[in-house]
Amino acid sequence: MSILADETTNIIVQGITGREGTILVRDSLDYGARIVGGTSPGKGGRDIYGVPVYDCIRQMNNRDGIDASIVVVPPAFVKDAVFEAIDNKIELIIIVTERVPRRDTVEILCLAKERGARIIGPNSLGLISPGKTKLGMIGGPAEDVRKAYQRGYVGIISRSGGMTTEIAFSLTIKGIGQSTCISIGGDPIVGSTFIDLLPLYEKDPCTKALLLFCEPGGTMEEDLAEYVAKNGLQLPIIAFVAGRFADKMPGVRFGHAASIVEGGKGRTQEKIRRFKRSGILVAKDFSEIPSLVRRNI
Amino acid sequence: MRLYEYEAKKILGSAGIPIPKGDLVFSADQVKEILDRVKAPLVLKPQIPVGGRMKAGGIQFVDNSGEAGEKAKYLLNSSLRGYKIDRLLMEEKLEFEEEFYLAVTYDRSKKSPLIILSSQGGINVEESSDEVITVRFSLLSPFSKYKAHELVSILKLKGPLFLSLSDIICRLTKLFYDYDATLAEINPLVRTAKEAFIALDVHIDIDDDALYRHPELKDKFGIENGERRTSKVTPFEKEAARIDGQDYRGVAGRLVEFEGDLGLLIGGGGASLTVFDAVARYGGSPADYCEIGGNPSVKKLKDLTKLILSKPGVKKIAVIMNITSNSRVDLIARGIIKGVIESGYIPHEKIALFRVPGAWEKEGTKILKKYGVKYYGRDISIDQAAEKAVKILQGN
Repeated sequence: MSILADETTNIIVQGITGREGTILVRDSLDYGARIVGGTSPGKGGRDIYGVPVYDCIRQMNNRDGIDASIVVVPPAFVKDAVFEAIDNKIELIIIVTERVPRRDTVEILCLAKERGARIIGPNSLGLISPGKTKLGMIGGPAEDVRKAYQRGYVGIISRSGGMTTEIAFSLTIKGIGQSTCISIGGDPIVGSTFIDLLPLYEKDPCTKALLLFCEPGGTMEEDLAEYVAKNGLQLPIIAFVAGRFADKMPGVRFGHAASIVEGGKGRTQEKIRRFKRSGILVAKDFSEIPSLVRRNI
Repeated sequence: MRLYEYEAKKILGSAGIPIPKGDLVFSADQVKEILDRVKAPLVLKPQIPVGGRMKAGGIQFVDNSGEAGEKAKYLLNSSLRGYKIDRLLMEEKLEFEEEFYLAVTYDRSKKSPLIILSSQGGINVEESSDEVITVRFSLLSPFSKYKAHELVSILKLKGPLFLSLSDIICRLTKLFYDYDATLAEINPLVRTAKEAFIALDVHIDIDDDALYRHPELKDKFGIENGERRTSKVTPFEKEAARIDGQDYRGVAGRLVEFEGDLGLLIGGGGASLTVFDAVARYGGSPADYCEIGGNPSVKKLKDLTKLILSKPGVKKIAVIMNITSNSRVDLIARGIIKGVIESGYIPHEKIALFRVPGAWEKEGTKILKKYGVKYYGRDISIDQAAEKAVKILQGN
């Protein structure tokens, strides 16, 4: 099994005729993903690698059968596209677009919360359930995806898009496969954080361990440590926290508001300390990840 | 992007939030004319794009008008927290009874906008966190006044003070939304003996990614998209940005300087953090680094390589990228080798390590081989690449 998406997931792409959209469709179809349609206002009637293009989601046949949307429209149009997807009752929306205004992101997340939709991103490379489907740019062309990802039992959540494939590949070459790997997006505010996704992995019978790629900034790691301390570990969690060097760099200062809201959290060492205290295993360097995962599956 | 205090105050003033009387001074000659409108006692506040001015001793108080010109001149000839002072805000000095703290910002963890209010404002507000009250609100409907009333009621203010503080909260919340701010902070918001609230200092950050929809900031303050940076830019970084701006292809050009001897061209974001940690872990010391991603042109890479090598103390460079599916190894190899040669060095002596698992690997390998540089792809990890680079640099 896997979480969020598998070989039966019907996917649409909003912004399908753009450069990113076109490449995404080609690579995803090659990998076996079910892309059933796409939108590009004013360009309805065309097709991209055989996938029909519509002016809006409402024009699509079998709208009820759409499980997920991948949003690749330019930043200024992201809010409208996601609102359209939510209004059409799509429950999983992946925002690939970078540089989405913060206010738009928060408005999107307010509406998604009201309607029960799940948002991944913005600024996400997408997610993949290896051997089944992929949603987004993640891994690139199908041939590269097959090299880096392999079906198996480890879930991956990464704050860095670029490192998602790197970290999966480090497992794959040691013969450790993955259930579902998610690039959650690099923006300060993203739709799904570690604690939002953890319960899904815990419920998935095929996920035997969860691997996290963490970065300095924000309180996503601290929130997870607190959650785990309260609810207990249902699943071994292994984390790699990048940015030990950045901790030592001068000039990183928090303002009053950030200090009040985040209470001095955010630094790499603080994240590591809280992880360890709550029972989350921390890899001391990148090369240690596969053996640490293997020992704890 | 952080607005200057005077810009933020202008926005507050036009939103109907009371601010002190004052004016902007670029040279000491202007002081006299402003004294016709703003009387002593005065306060002179350097306008720099960072906070902490009071603690750094940068704020000057003027008790009688005679001293104003001289003190302004002194400040305009000095630097504060690393910034040369080129403008001052000259304001009436207000007597007050109480300092409050009021801010609207985003709570990253709760993914929601948040109002923060405290009756213990001032420069150490974060240390008196017991007195801080907060309320979250939704952006989907206009902000309701009752939320402000509920917040203020906790402070036990009565009558006109209750109403005027609630009103300021509503106005600040609205301008936070209207201007795409990520922070709108008044600290301190003071209560005067005349029972009025006045915004003594203001800090507004505007979302860089939303500047495109705020042409009014250009009209008001001449702020263009992405033009102003709050961090100090070295000539080195400026040159990197110029090279990056030459053409639109690929991400390349975010360059940061350090004191070590290893120059780095590395993948951005999480990858650069990982490379840095690994280099430091194996005893290496970065001299400077430049993030690359996508497919920058050969010329851009060549120029950046030359720039990285031009920093005194750089002994060798390492090129370490995370697994990408779109970056072309041949283009990266060509650009970097050209840069090394044009800098007057021999590629296999200057390039400690080249690890780029990307597209067009065969072509890239061929180019590198011709110059005696070994190509690494996915066969070694980022960690191992950093370790090898450090060892080669140290001659082991």
